[in-house]
Amino acid sequence: MIRVQRDDFDVGAELGRLTGGNTAIGGVCVFVGLVRDMAPADKKGADKVGAMTLEHYPGMTERQLERIDREAHGRWPLEETLIIHRHGRLEPGDRIVLVAAASRHRQAAFDACQFLIDWLKTQAPFWKVEETPEGARWVESRASDDAAAAKWTSTERAATK
Amino acid sequence: MKVLYFAWLREKAGRAEEQVAPPGTVTTVQALIDWIRERGGGPADALGDMAAVRVAVNQEYAMLDHPVKPGDEVAFFPPVTGG
Repeated sequence: MIRVQRDDFDVGAELGRLTGGNTAIGGVCVFVGLVRDMAPADKKGADKVGAMTLEHYPGMTERQLERIDREAHGRWPLEETLIIHRHGRLEPGDRIVLVAAASRHRQAAFDACQFLIDWLKTQAPFWKVEETPEGARWVESRASDDAAAAKWTSTERAATK
Repeated sequence: MKVLYFAWLREKAGRAEEQVAPPGTVTTVQALIDWIRERGGGPADALGDMAAVRVAVNQEYAMLDHPVKPGDEVAFFPPVTGG
């Protein structure tokens, strides 16, 4: 299941709903992404980055998240999956994203959870703009995120599970 | 054809979306970009350096040689930074 929303989510309640009633599930692996304070360590107080705003492409976002979700179900024996991604204005410490994968055995849950967040970060059309003392600044994509996603295009890891 | 701009491309283009009716010779993403550049203004500035721009046609990622036709939704945006 996928959800794109402005509101916060309750991790415990979401996991309860995800696994409730399915006793075939032996484990659920969860990743929760938070807004990190982007200020350098030597800068405190007034110089800290404040909030950020997440913009997205309604329609394409859901389409890409569903694609990623389908891909995970094709690669691993999963009982349930959940992706929740927020948009709008968020403060440091706020939850941005939740990815959960539930399966009979833990390895598929661990691998699928990591796959989902790695692919989401490079495929789902979201953009972060930070509020800084110098004004708004669009966050640039990271080569390390591309590398993290690219490792899943090699199918050998999934094939062994 | 509907053209969408996101993130800093939207700011540079000075608009989030527009309806366009390019000539019939515009049959690929690249031809659409060339046409928008020739037209000038904010959208031309936004598409000045395609190395920093990703494209989607009808909400699916697309390459520059991907076909476009009347009624399509074509989006231009920077590499994504969600998660």
